[in-house]
Amino acid sequence: MALGLGTAAVVLVALLWELSRPRLSHALAQRRLRSALRRLRAGQTGYDPGRERRAEQRARALLRTCIEEEDWAMYRDLGFLRVWGGAGDQARTDPPGADAEEAGAPYAYLIYPHRPIVAYLPQTGALLNEYCVAFPDHSKPYGSARLPDSDDVLAKWMALNADERRLIADANMHLPGRQIDPDRVRRDLLRLARWERERARHGSDSVRAA
Amino acid sequence: MKLLRLKPGHGEIVLAEGDVELPEQERELIEAFRRELDAGMWAAVPTETNGGRREAEFVRSFAEVPRDAERVIFFPRAAGGASRTAK
Repeated sequence: MALGLGTAAVVLVALLWELSRPRLSHALAQRRLRSALRRLRAGQTGYDPGRERRAEQRARALLRTCIEEEDWAMYRDLGFLRVWGGAGDQARTDPPGADAEEAGAPYAYLIYPHRPIVAYLPQTGALLNEYCVAFPDHSKPYGSARLPDSDDVLAKWMALNADERRLIADANMHLPGRQIDPDRVRRDLLRLARWERERARHGSDSVRAA
Repeated sequence: MKLLRLKPGHGEIVLAEGDVELPEQERELIEAFRRELDAGMWAAVPTETNGGRREAEFVRSFAEVPRDAERVIFFPRAAGGASRTAK
């Protein structure tokens, strides 16, 4: 008798489990989904769309106080900065990666935000190398390791200015065209030349007017 | 003197600020300076030449910072990168 009742109880429990399992699974899945949605909503509430813009404004203000007025105007108008090679040295050094016949010629760099630094010869417009360099902040204080654009430019400018050889040694060197289209760089060099001519003309006009 | 650090998503933040001629404040500046170097940051001081040209110099200890420097800027150490193709 007891054995029969026990068997019936086990069978009943097994049947109930089989019947309720789909519902339990569904309820569990729903709960997981609700929890994920809650987490997503919380994340969205914490996101501040203006943060990156404000960070960039602060970065631009700092950059402006650190570089020459003309360099600032160049960056503001053209979106990149030109730095003469050997800026930190008293004597001009040979351009990195230049051929022997080019050695001794003055060289310069174009600094773009979050793009490689491009070395070139101003006299000929010949592109020398791309130097891929980044300043990743691994603490990711605001979820990203990337500095604001103008802070990236400032970091490159300070590093080139303070210790050009060290920065170049730390960078990954590539031939022109690896990451930045050489045609784009040539266009930028033409824009820079035009920009400098216009500034020179405005400067001479204002002197004449005075 | 202000110690600034470039931060992703924020721009620069002031780590410490004080007068290097006051021992207590100088000590705080030195401690903040060491913390950043220990965290692997580079430190640069924006300077001006006699001709008024703006430049920057790296400093590796607080003793190398010119006493009249207004700012020391810390930023993450350079690493070779080729993160994306941006043609």
